Amino acid sequence: MIPDLGKYAAAVIGSYAASILLIAALILWSVWQSGRVKRALREAEARMEKAE
Amino acid sequence: MSIWDYANPKRFMQTSGVLLPWVAGLAAVALGTGLIWGFFFTPDAERFGSTVKIIYLHVPAATMATSAWMMMLVASLIWLIRRHHVSVLTAKAAAPVGLTFTVIGLVTGAIWGQPMWGTWWEWDPRLTVFLILTLFYLGYIALWRAIDDPDTAADLTSVLCIVGSVFAFLSRYAVLFWNQGLHQGASLSLDKKENVSDVYWQPLVICMAGFGLLFLALVLARTRTEIRGRRLSALIARERSA
Repeated sequence: MIPDLGKYAAAVIGSYAASILLIAALILWSVWQSGRVKRALREAEARMEKAE
Repeated sequence: MSIWDYANPKRFMQTSGVLLPWVAGLAAVALGTGLIWGFFFTPDAERFGSTVKIIYLHVPAATMATSAWMMMLVASLIWLIRRHHVSVLTAKAAAPVGLTFTVIGLVTGAIWGQPMWGTWWEWDPRLTVFLILTLFYLGYIALWRAIDDPDTAADLTSVLCIVGSVFAFLSRYAVLFWNQGLHQGASLSLDKKENVSDVYWQPLVICMAGFGLLFLALVLARTRTEIRGRRLSALIARERSA
């Protein structure tokens, strides 16, 4: 299925692999950070409600 | 309703919550279409062989890297002039996204340069300016982390953003006037004669849209996290003082 990239196959595939990895890492990190802050905020709000 | 209404964090959270799934979905569709079209269904170029397929990553990433800094500049100026917290949090949220696009631009450029120019790196003025922009991104992110008081951090990072914008503008427009060095001219231009041929131009434009939408989706998502983070810090401070 991969087109014939000739002698530059490593360069082309390397570029796509590196870019996709970097973008995937950024998305996963952003999602993880968002989940972590959401959870901490929910817990803090619950504590404040209890205290009041 | 004016644009300043979105300076209200609550309004921003409501609107971005509605927009985010649509923008993320469109980004996935545009990126998927553009990259699959470019990788699988475009022919090799006479001069560059199959390395021409790297432009679908390199050109949008490099363009978005400079655009991200320009967006951060506008948001930073809004903070300095009008003191809207959401605007400076948007700039803070955009920095890691811009940095990632800058690294993609550098990496794909180096991988392309090796077989085409015979070197991974050349101290070409345009490449050097882009590398300096990368260092400004790192400095901007480091400065946010180094300062505890959020308003002081916002002030100092905004000033850094203004200084760094010189390199963002140079990077963006250098391909138009800086004719020394190895880097070739612009791949996309409003002047049709300067464009790459249609067979490459069409998927390239879709990839540009995809990278733009991905940037927007990530900035919206990360700004929402920053706003929640601010609220969390405020609640923790209240708990400690009680």
